[in-house]
Amino acid sequence: MKLVIAMLMDGVIYASWLFVIAAGLTLIYGVMRILNMAHGSFYAIGAYGGASLVGFYLAGGYPPWGAYFMLLGAALIGGTVVGLLIERGLLRMMYGRDEVVMILVTYAILLILEDVIKLIWGVDAYFAYQPYTLLGRTKLAGLSFANYDILLIFVSALICFVLWWGLNRTRKGKLLQAVIHDRDTAAFLGINVTRMFTVTFVIGAVLGALAGALTAPGISVMPGIGVEVIILAFAVVVIGGLGSVGGALLGALIVGLARSAAVHLYPDAELFVIYGVMGLVLAFRPQGLFAIATARKI
Amino acid sequence: MFIPFAKKSALVGLLVASAVAQPVLAADEYKLGLVTFLSGGAAGPFGVPAQNAANLLLETLNEGALPAPYNAKGINGRTIKPIYVDEAGGATKQSSEYRNLVERQGVDAVVGYISSGDCLAVPAVAEELKTLTVLFDCGTPRVFEDNSFKYVFRTGPTTTMDSVAASYYIKDIFPNLNAVSGINQNYSFGHESWADFYGSLKGLQADIDVPTKQFPKIYAGQYGAEISALMVNSADVIHSSFWGGDMEAFLLQGAARGLFEDQTALLTTGESAMYRLSDQIPEGTILGGRGPFGIYAPDNALNRWFRDAYSKRFGTQPTYPAYKMVQGILGLKLATEQAAAKVSGQPTTEDVVSAFEYLEYEGPGGKVSMNMGKGHQASMEMVYGRYALKDGKPAVTDVRRYAAECVNPSDDMPANEWIEKGMPGAKCN
Repeated sequence: MKLVIAMLMDGVIYASWLFVIAAGLTLIYGVMRILNMAHGSFYAIGAYGGASLVGFYLAGGYPPWGAYFMLLGAALIGGTVVGLLIERGLLRMMYGRDEVVMILVTYAILLILEDVIKLIWGVDAYFAYQPYTLLGRTKLAGLSFANYDILLIFVSALICFVLWWGLNRTRKGKLLQAVIHDRDTAAFLGINVTRMFTVTFVIGAVLGALAGALTAPGISVMPGIGVEVIILAFAVVVIGGLGSVGGALLGALIVGLARSAAVHLYPDAELFVIYGVMGLVLAFRPQGLFAIATARKI
Repeated sequence: MFIPFAKKSALVGLLVASAVAQPVLAADEYKLGLVTFLSGGAAGPFGVPAQNAANLLLETLNEGALPAPYNAKGINGRTIKPIYVDEAGGATKQSSEYRNLVERQGVDAVVGYISSGDCLAVPAVAEELKTLTVLFDCGTPRVFEDNSFKYVFRTGPTTTMDSVAASYYIKDIFPNLNAVSGINQNYSFGHESWADFYGSLKGLQADIDVPTKQFPKIYAGQYGAEISALMVNSADVIHSSFWGGDMEAFLLQGAARGLFEDQTALLTTGESAMYRLSDQIPEGTILGGRGPFGIYAPDNALNRWFRDAYSKRFGTQPTYPAYKMVQGILGLKLATEQAAAKVSGQPTTEDVVSAFEYLEYEGPGGKVSMNMGKGHQASMEMVYGRYALKDGKPAVTDVRRYAAECVNPSDDMPANEWIEKGMPGAKCN
């Protein structure tokens, strides 16, 4: 029983973390058809921004619970500023190019942002562990779990709901779906596709930064963290189907639970299992679990 | 074209003068290649402290202001000019960078390398280019076990002694030890550390139980499932050779979940985090420093100077990578100056190699004996202690020292074979 609870809880917590990272990535791809390598940098900027803001805030002697708002603020400010700069300053000039070209462009942005991060924050590690320990822990079947990690499950569920609701239950969301299905027709019908792209990219960047900011309290924020997570995020969105928010959720759950099972039952397979699952899914459904295969326009 | 004789003479004279002046200028300067991580995950905990230490030391050496026997200016009177290279990028890149340092920059020697992968790749190039190279930090014992190098030296001890001393230490501290678990990174350093630790512990206590051993990916950052596995499969001690951000994340996440309340963490590189996470490391955690470095360094003149100068300049205490960098440069300086004492003028690389082999010298971490790897590999004593807060400041208690002869194999036996055979010939107090 203890083992089953441990596997489930660890799997779901890890899946929640993965989903927050992958949600922005898949949203940007779904709308803009850009496989955004720079998403890892958004994550890193959120983590560094969050750690710095929490550090400044707590050094000022303010109430510790306010640190959670600092994390959210860092994600919102960092994601919006960097997202806008990249989309308005660079990507808008590249729209219509081949998807492979866009991967190379965003990879270049990733490398540039890695150096920018190094210039701003240096190479020393940053810590913001107070929000992680402040909430205490909960015992389940004799095992302690950090309440912060449990909270992450709810945050992740909330993000998933907001994205679903925004896309399916709002007028803007329906307009966005029109852009997803056929951007040329959508533009012909009067939808401001360029603005849709800007808004989507900024939302995606904020989600990436939010993932970093929420992760910062439990880690040592150091150079290279963005590069590490982007590979995992790709695995998740590929399993779920590129461009599908529901697919990202399912992909994150599959990866999270599979990894957790491996760690508990056969630790040697921990590294293999994520990519093993991805290979298996791609062998049977190359478009991923949720994406619908579509004919390519020529 | 006709050039008047006077002009021609002047031109030839200038050319000759410049040709003569060039070597004189070069002879005054000792170009030292320094390779350490300046970017990536290893830069903060290792690369930058090592670079800081190198900058501080070279400035002091060039002023001739270091305590004796290192009080001669520069290296054998030549002003040391550092040329830094970022170690990030992998072994293939480092081999190319090494060639650049030697063939284009014309360095006299290279001190560097933290990654074991780089330490396994670069020596072949050093041998080909016949350039004196000092590996200062990497830990794999395979560098000199699998090969015999003439121009390559390693002044830092190997990982073998970290692991062997760790097994002795927990046997000393926990006489009724029943079980140890492990969490180590899934690459050569992590696997070698665990294999050496478990092998030596098995030699000391055959019935030791291992409830779980975890090998998460390096830089994974998230250890929730591993922490649960360590909780489900409880042990007396959790061994980890995690370093840098991975160790710090594991500490933060484990402490928040109470992992270390029932089990004691044994962190073989934990010393490097004791100031950064002083209020997060549980008291009683066993900390190693990859040798007698940092808080475990002896109270000698060199160490007093180093700790004082480093903390004044950088606002924090030096950790073990800083010590090991200093140790590497001082070994090179001493070998060069001892070689110079036997010849007239500057010694050749071969002269320095001869002087470096089997050299014994004092570093800020104490005695360094180049008595392994046919005189090319250092051995040192190893120290472990338990973390404690004294008057709110990070400190260590229950400190135990293990002689170099106790925790290192003899020169004629590979480390894994030595451990497998029950560490024959180990001379422990």
